[in-house]
Parts: sequence; C-alpha cells; structure tokens
Amino acid sequence: MSAHAHDRYYIPHGSHWPIVGSVGLLFLMVGVSTWLNGAGFGFWVMLAGLATIIGMVVGWFGTVIGENQQGVYNAQVDTSFRMGMFWFIFSEVMFFAAFFGALFYARTAVIPWLSGEGNNFFTNYLLWSGWEGTWPTNGPGNLGGDFEIMGPMGLPLINTAILLTSSVTLTIAHHALIAGNRGVLKTFLALTFILGFIFVFLQAEEYIEAYQHMNLKLTTGIYGSTFFLLTGFHGLHVTLGAIMLLTIWFRVMKRHFTPEKHFAFEAVAWYWHFVDVVWVALYVFVYWM
Amino acid sequence: MTTAVADAHEAHDHHGPATGIRRWLFTTNHKDIGTMYLVFSLIMFFIGGAMALVIRSELAIPGLQFVHPEFFNQMTTMHALIMVFGAVMPAFVGLANWMIPMQIGGPDMALPRMNNWSFWILPVAFGILLSTLFMPGGAPASGWTMYPPLVLQTGDAFPFLIFSVHLMGLSSIMGAINIIVTIINMRTPEMTLIRMPMFVWTWLITAYLLLAVMPVLAGAVTMLLTDQFFGTSFFLAAGGGDPVMFQHIFWFFGHPEVYIMILPAFGVVSEIIPTFSRKPLFGHDAMVYATASIAFLSFIVWSHHMFTVGMPLSAQLFFMFATMLIAVPTGVKVFNWVATMWRGAMSFETPMLFALAFIFLFTIGGFSGLMLAIVPSDIQYHDSYFVVAHFHYVLVPGSIFAIMAAAYYWLPKWTGHYYDETAGKVHFWLSTIFVNLTFFPMHFLGLAGMPRRIPDYSTQFADFNLVASIGAMGFGLSQLIFVYVLLTAKKGAQATAGVWDGSKGLEWTVPSPAPYHTFDEPVHVDRSVAFPKDPNV
Amino acid sequence: MIRNISTGLLGLAWATAANADWQLNMPRGVTELSAETYELHMMAFWVCTAIGLLVFGAMIISLLLHRKSKGVAAAQFRHSTGVEILWTAIPVLILLAMAVPAARTMIKLEDSRNPDLTIVVTGYQWKWHYRYQDQDLAFYSSLARPSLEARQKNSGIDPFDVENYLRDVDRPLVVPVGAKVRVLLTSNDVLHAWWVPDFAIKKDAIPGMVNEMWFQALKVGTYRGQCAELCGKDHGYMPVVVEVVEAEAFNEWVAANGGVTTRTFADNR
Ligand code: HEA
Ligand code: HEA
Ligand code: CUA
Ligand SMILES: [Cu+2]
Repeated sequence: MSAHAHDRYYIPHGSHWPIVGSVGLLFLMVGVSTWLNGAGFGFWVMLAGLATIIGMVVGWFGTVIGENQQGVYNAQVDTSFRMGMFWFIFSEVMFFAAFFGALFYARTAVIPWLSGEGNNFFTNYLLWSGWEGTWPTNGPGNLGGDFEIMGPMGLPLINTAILLTSSVTLTIAHHALIAGNRGVLKTFLALTFILGFIFVFLQAEEYIEAYQHMNLKLTTGIYGSTFFLLTGFHGLHVTLGAIMLLTIWFRVMKRHFTPEKHFAFEAVAWYWHFVDVVWVALYVFVYWM
Repeated sequence: MTTAVADAHEAHDHHGPATGIRRWLFTTNHKDIGTMYLVFSLIMFFIGGAMALVIRSELAIPGLQFVHPEFFNQMTTMHALIMVFGAVMPAFVGLANWMIPMQIGGPDMALPRMNNWSFWILPVAFGILLSTLFMPGGAPASGWTMYPPLVLQTGDAFPFLIFSVHLMGLSSIMGAINIIVTIINMRTPEMTLIRMPMFVWTWLITAYLLLAVMPVLAGAVTMLLTDQFFGTSFFLAAGGGDPVMFQHIFWFFGHPEVYIMILPAFGVVSEIIPTFSRKPLFGHDAMVYATASIAFLSFIVWSHHMFTVGMPLSAQLFFMFATMLIAVPTGVKVFNWVATMWRGAMSFETPMLFALAFIFLFTIGGFSGLMLAIVPSDIQYHDSYFVVAHFHYVLVPGSIFAIMAAAYYWLPKWTGHYYDETAGKVHFWLSTIFVNLTFFPMHFLGLAGMPRRIPDYSTQFADFNLVASIGAMGFGLSQLIFVYVLLTAKKGAQATAGVWDGSKGLEWTVPSPAPYHTFDEPVHVDRSVAFPKDPNV
Repeated sequence: MIRNISTGLLGLAWATAANADWQLNMPRGVTELSAETYELHMMAFWVCTAIGLLVFGAMIISLLLHRKSKGVAAAQFRHSTGVEILWTAIPVLILLAMAVPAARTMIKLEDSRNPDLTIVVTGYQWKWHYRYQDQDLAFYSSLARPSLEARQKNSGIDPFDVENYLRDVDRPLVVPVGAKVRVLLTSNDVLHAWWVPDFAIKKDAIPGMVNEMWFQALKVGTYRGQCAELCGKDHGYMPVVVEVVEAEAFNEWVAANGGVTTRTFADNR
C-alpha cells in the first residue's frame, strides 16, 4: 500500500471541513460585530462560531493525522506541508511587523513632531504648546491619566527566562525524539508546554497588575495601545502554541512519530521558536528601550 | 484503513467530479475551484460595476438627481472594495488555480483542502460586506482607503467592514501560500525554474507580495477596531498617535496591492503575445528580473500616495525618486512585448486584441502614474479626477482587459469548444471605445480642478462628466456581450489540444477540454513544445 | 437640463474646446511656484508623449507589417542582452533629468520662512475657519446661499443659473497681492485638504497636527478651490475662495472687520 502511496502525490477527494470552517467564520465575525455594536446575543453567536471553528480544526487535523498514519503521504506531500507551515509563519511575522511599525513610527516620528520638532514647530506651538514628549508617553492629552511604566525587571524578566528555557527544553525533546529516547522526549515536551502555560498565566498577572496598580490600560495613549496590542497578540500566539504542544504531546503518547518522520512535531517547534523570537523583540523594544 | 486509502485513490484515479452541489462545496480539484473563483469574480464585477453606474449616473450632470451624498460615498467605497478584492484579485487567483498546475505539469494545487477553503471564505467576506448596505448608518462611506478619523464615523457597518477585510486577507494569504508551494514543489521534473512560463513566474512573485502585505493590512484595520471600541489611540494625536500613521501602514499594503493586481496581468499578456505572434517571448529572463525589480521597488514607494500630508522634504524626495524608478522595469516589460511582436506573424483573435489594447492603454495609465510621481505636480493632481483617470487606466484596460484576454485565451481549453469569435471581437471593440470615452476625459476634469469623491460639481465640469457617464453606460452594457459569449461557450466547434496554432506550453499538450485530472504522472513530452520558454531548446 | 445634455453631446466635437467649460489643462496659476509646477507638469507630459510616440509607433508599424495575413514567416530571435541594457539605461537618464528640476521646486515649496501674513486655517465638517494671526481677525467661511439651495436633491434650481455653483462662499479669505502668506492648516474633526489650483498648493488638514504651506499671489483676483480630502457627506460642499486685493484695499478690509491694523501692508511685488 505504502508502495502505491509513494509513487504519486496524494490528492484528497473532497472534504467538508473547509465549508464548515467558513460557516464558523461567518458566525464568529457576525457575532463579534453585533456584540461590539451592543447587541448582547452577538456574544452567543460568536461562541457558536468559535465552537464550529474549533470543531473544524479538530476534525480537519484529525483527518490529516489519520491519512498520515495510513502512510498515504509521500515525501513530496511532506515538503508541501513544510513549505506551507514556513510561509504561514512568515505571514505571521508580517502581522507583528505592522504593530512594531506603529511602535517605531510613533516613537521616532510622532512624539518628536508633537513636541515641535522637524517642520512641526506650529503643531506644538498652536495645539500642544509646552508639551515635551518623551517615550513612554500617553500623549499631549495625557489620556488615561498618569501611569507607571512596565519596566524590564520583575515579571517580564521572569517570563523571558521561561520562554527561552522552553525553547531549550523543546530542542532537547526534539533531539530525544530523533535519538528514540521516549522518556526524555515525553518529560521535556511536557515541560515545554507547562512553561508555556505558566508564561500565559504570568502575563495575565502582569495585566492585572497594570490595570489595578499602575493605571496602565489600553486607554493609556500610544504607550498603552502599543504595549497591550503587541504583548496581547503575542500572548495569544503563546496560548495557541502551548495548545499545539499539548496536542503533539498526546500524539507522542500515541507513538505517532518516528525518529525519521515527525513533521507535525517540527512544525509546532518552528512555531514555538517564532513566538520566542517575537518575544525577544518585544522584550527589547517594548519593555527595555 | 487500507480500504479507505484504496478508495481515496479509486476516487482520484477514476471518477470525475462528484455530482450536484456537493461537488462545489467539497471539491478539492483545482479546476473546480478555479471555475468558482472566476464565476465569483464575474458576479462581483457586475455588482461593483452596477455601483459604478450609480456613481456615473449621479455625476452625469450637475445638481443632485438620484442619490444623497452619504449614499454616493457608500457607493464609491463599496465599488472600490468590491472591484479590488472581489473582482480583480479572485479572477487572477482563479486563473492561477486553473492554469498553474497545468502549466507546470503538476497533478493539482499542493494543498487542495486549503485551496477550497480560501475560496469559500470569499462569499462569507463579501456577504458580510454587502450586508452593510442595509444597516443603520449604511455601508462604509470613508473611501476604500478607510482613513481615520472619518472611518470611525461609520455606523453599525464599522466592525463588519473590519472583519470582512480580515476575511479577505485570510483568503488571500492561504491562496498565496498554496500558489507558492505549488510552484516550488509541484513542478514536473523537467520544468526547471527558468523554463517556467511567464504567467507562473509573475504569479510566484505576486504570491510573495500577497504574503508580505495582506497581514499588514489586517494589522492596520485591527488598530482601527481597537481605536474605535477599546479606547486605544494609534491614530489620535492627543494620545501620542497620528491619523497619518494609518496612511503609512495602509499604503505599505496598498501600493504592493496595486502591483498584485497588475503582475499576473503582465504574465497573461506575456503568454498571449508570443502565441499570436508565432514567435517566442523576447527576453524571457529579462522579464523575470523586471518583475522581481517591480516587486522589490513596490515596497519602498508607498508614500507617493501621501505627498500632501506634510512629510519631511527628505522623505518626499526619496519617495519621488523611488516611485519614478518603477517606470524602468515596467518599461523593460513593455519594450520586450513590442520586441516579441516585431517580425512575428501576427493574427488578431480576441485574446490578442485585448492583449494589444492592454499594452497601449496600460502604458498610458503608466505615464499618468509617472506624472503623479513628480511631487509638485502631484500636489495639484492629488485627490483630483486625474488620479481617478490614472488608476482606472491601469485597472480597467489594464487588469480587467488582461483578465478578459486570459478568459478568451483559455476558454477553449476549459470548455473544449471555440467561443463565438465575432461576439468576442464586438465585445472587444465596444469595450475599447467606451473605456476610453469613460476614463480619458477624467484626465481633463482632474487638471481643471475637479476633486474626487464628490457627488456634485461646479458647472464648468459638466461636459466631460457627461461624456464619461455615457462612456460608462456603454462600457457596462458591452460587458453583457461577454456574458453572452460565456453562455454560448460550449456551442462552438470542437477545440483541438493546441487550440491556437501558435500555442506552446504544457497546458496545450492535454486534450480540450482538459480532463478532470491532468498530469497524475510526471510528464515526458517534446521539449520544444512543452518548454518554449527554455532558451536552450 | 435638456440643454446641458445637448451641449454635452455637441461638446464631443473637440472644436468647442475653446470655451471655458472645456478647460483641458492645469492652470498656469498666479504664483511663481504655480507657474513652475505647470512647467514641470508639461515637461513630464511631453516626455511621456515622446516616449509614447516611439513605443506606439514601433507597435503600429509591427501591427501593419508583421501579420500572418501578409504571409510573412515569423522570425525566431528571442533575446539580446545589448538592447535590454540599452532600454534600461536610457529611461534611467530620462527620469533623472525629470527629477532634478522637480527637486528644486520642492525645496522652494517647503520654505515658508518669514512671511508677511500668517493665517491659521481650520477644517470643520463642513466649512473652513480662518484666523489672521497678527490681525486677530477670525471667521467661518461656508458654502454660499444660492449654491446651498440649488444643491439640495431635486431642488428644481438649474445649477447653470447659479453663478460659481458650489465654488462660492459667504465670506472669502482676503489677502494682499504680492504678500507672502503662510497658511497653517489643522482640523477640528476629520481630515480635510485646502486646495487652490491657481496657487498650486494643497495640503491635508489633520486633527492634532499643524501643516504649513505658503503662497504669494502676484495677480489681483478671486481664486476658487475645494476641499480635497474626503471628509464625510458634505465633502463636496466646502469650497475655498481667496480674494487677492490691492494692499490698501486689504488694510481697509481689516479695519472694516475690526481687525488690528498696527501692521499695514504696502504693495511689495
Ligand atoms: C494596477 C494598478 C496600478 C498600477 C500598475 C500603477 C502604476 C503606477 N502608479 Fe498608480 N495608483 C493605482 C493603481 C496603480 N498604479 C491606484 C488604485 C491609485 C489610487 C489609490 C487611491 O488613492 O484610491 C494610484 C495612485 C498613484 C499615485 C498617487 C496619486 C495621488 O493620490 O496623488 C501615484 C503617485 O506617484 C502613482 C504612481 C504610479 C506609478 C509611477 C506607476 C508605475 O508603475 C507605472 C509604470 C509604467 C509606465 C511608466 C509606462 C510604461 C513604461 C515605459 C513605456 C518605459 C519608459 C517610460 C518612461 C521612462 C517615463 N499611482
Ligand atoms: C479594479 C478596480 C476597478 C474597476 C474595474 C473599476 C471600474 C469602474 N470604475 Fe472605479 N474605482 C476603483 C477601482 C475600480 N473601478 C477604485 C479603487 C476607486 C477609488 C474609490 C475611492 O475613492 O475610495 C474607484 C472610483 C471610481 C470613481 C470615482 C468615484 C468618486 O471619486 O467619487 C468612478 C467615477 O466615475 C469610477 C468609475 C468606474 C467605472 C465607470 C468603472 C467601469 O469600468 C465599470 C464597468 C462595469 C460595469 C458597469 C458592470 C457590468 C455591466 C452591467 C452591470 C450592465 C448593466 C446591468 C445592470 C446595471 C444590472 N470608479
Ligand atoms: Cu472637507 Cu472634504
Ligand atoms: Cu502607489
């Protein structure tokens, strides 16, 4: 059978998962929108959509895993998956780039201009006279009132350590997988996603701290905006990554992977390293500088 | 287990399509999906066009006759969003789905299920977008550029607008990933990169543009969303943000976006001109490099849309020079097309006619683009009808004509029959006459000082506007001929595998209509037929 | 209305291009820089025309001579590095030649130092507010009544009977001829753009930001423009009208409107 599978590219013959996904998206988007517009029922529509999408993801990946286990994927299909994952991560990088772009533009251009630099003397003189902007700032309107800065020490530093460690444990797990050392693989993979979840937990702590004691909120001008959207979207990705790691861990338990063939594991590993790199950038530009 | 697999293979070896609606809902076949993309795109072209006709009717004569200003702005906004994201982009993705696997000798798209999803997201996205027309406060009316703070004055439609844009982005990103992986990983062994047809090359580069900029657009509109509902101040000066910041992020997406709409068109024209000149494409490699240079430059010119926002002089100078440079690689393409025609043996079937009109009229649009790049002049042109004239020249007789050309060129390969050639020629001549009647006068209107996005205008602009409106109606109605051609497409004579007598390339080696599954096995064919783009055969 | 349609149709004959309604080109304007801008525009236009003639000429010749119906056999040449280099290099040179004069004008456009008069222009949905810095004189300028009535949907008033339909305001901006006027632009709500074609200046009015531009009108007269950045439903109905008057007339105007006249203007053309 596998011989048969190997001589040609496997093309699934029809699947209902995509359309299920689209329906899910429809409910999700309409739900969120109506909810944001103040209609309470929108929330439930949104949940329905979310549930549908989760079902779709589970079903879709379930199918793919099943096919994979039957060995219908040849090397070329494997390459397609790899490339697909790689370019997906690239698009994610560009998504974050938009927010980093906003951060840099605000810091290096807008704040100086509002303070009257460049050809913007009159911006400051007529509208914000006397305001001397220095990063981090909530703007000449002092939006959200005085706030404290989320410095690089404390929680953020710990989180950095956690995330970096998790990358190491993941790599150890990978080597163990290749070496066929299942004991090490299981423990270190488990360690990795546990660290991931701890990171998310501490991030939540940090937000609570920011809101309750530092008066640092989404409404805290450009600083609050960039801080929460960058760290927020990153946190979202960590959560997803951790869930993916958990799934992979279950698959390890089910002996899905061989030392030679374990792309799903590698894909998740790439994703995790990507999340890690983004965090380093965040730590440097959002917390530190 | 085993049997299940066997079935899967059964299926994809032997039967053709499933029957009924399930075929279209569940299909993973690149030809089915290509067809759905193309049909969807045509429908959107008509809806967006109908909106354009509303615009042109209101603008036919001075005074307000048919619609209120707020609705007029909704028409302008929706017209653009639908034409750009609903008509032109899906049309090219549809062509990619149909032709790329056949042109590179691959069995299908690399990720067939995802392929199906990238299509089926679109009806959802545009269903949501069109539904805003019926909401309190009406559809978005801030122009397709969605500049804050104005866009934040949108009514209930606002979140729907944002999320439909997200969905369009999602669809494009998955489509782009699929096309890249297909081209890199699914080529038949003999199809080396340099042997790839121009259409495949241009699409490969376009897909990279899509991957790079669609997520940025998603980010930009996300910031709009949080500014509106969660009190962030990305685009609020009082909070240390800046409305202009949105424009920078938007145009970082927006300028590459316009090349996303033209590079595949270049590819189509580069396929058609050689066929009907019975002569290999001149400077194939130079064409590839030119396309790559255009793609690269498109990332560093975005601020030419913002010469009046008050940028530092140095920035203005840089963006002016960079923008002007794009004329060079684009010129290389135009010159190579002319050189391909030179001393060929041309015949003028409908696809060739559209391709030729493309070269003439796109070049005119390009010229006006170059004029727009010159900052002091752009200060006069900006947000006037001169700009509207520019981009319709590159988009309508540009992108749209290329799509028409492609449709006529490959239609016999899809249906197995020749279309009604006379109807095609009539469609071409009417379209060409009316498209110029519609958009050429807009140059004069802009230079005379008529701003864009206005529902009513001073009487000195009356005459040219009337001409443009007459042209628009004519152009619109001419498109109904195309519908006729499609409806009668299967009635014509049986088409040969080659279809056209100058046609070269893998897609012309399979019978017409192309079987449901092509190139299940790696192909071994006469290289001079299969790889005409290869300098060494 | 029938009249307009018929004139429009007749208008199709380019002959009538003479009459004002058929203005084809950018105005030369009444400032030094508007003239320079016009020259740049024409230069670019002629360059493109020339290149167009070459490219289209070659195409048309080819279309006429190299057709199958003429029984010609297709040549098979497929590349020549020489010509590729040639038609890459030449356009680069042409573009440089165009960029240099443009850059010169741009530098002048940016230089709004030591003006004779400074006016703060603020955009509102949907009218303009003008404030003369040193004269402490300020007022709103919105669409003139006749246009306002005629513009209503199906008002029954023929726009052709309203003079300067949609291009007239209740209170125009008044400036002395020959004075260097610095315009400081901002907005109270959304983006607007202040545009007077005859001065060849246009810039966005941005809430929370102030943009600078300047002009020096060398000819007495009334100059009309419009808001040039989509600002909502009445974007089409907030024209810009500037009256350029003799220096004395300006001084009187300031006095008559209760402005401070410590600094009087003399004609310094
Ligand atoms: C398919 C889409 C498409 C394409 C291909 C282009 C191509 C170009 N565009 Fe255009 N453009 C748009 C779509 C497109 N544009 C849209 C939609 C807008 C408006 C958006 C909005 O505001 O809503 C816009 C707006 C726009 C602006 C902003 C105007 C304003 O708002 O003030 C500018 C300014 O520089 C510009 C420039 C150019 C240039 C230099 C090119 C060049 O790529 C053109 C190059 C081609 C040629 C020059 C012709 C062929 C070349 C030769 C024959 C060689 C020799 C020629 C010379 C050396 C001169 N475009
Ligand atoms: C690919 C993109 C694309 C395409 C194909 C078109 C096609 C057309 N566009 Fe559009 N247009 C844009 C992209 C495009 N446009 C963009 C980006 C803007 C800027 C928006 C903004 O400012 O934000 C714009 C803005 C724009 C304006 C300026 C509006 C304003 O500033 O207020 C105008 C005005 O004339 C216009 C006209 C037209 C016309 C007449 C066509 C014609 O080519 C359309 C022809 C097609 C049809 C007419 C449909 C098919 C035929 C029928 C429907 C037959 C009749 C049947 C029925 C009515 C049921 N467009
Ligand atoms: Cu004010 Cu447009
Ligand atoms: Cu552009």
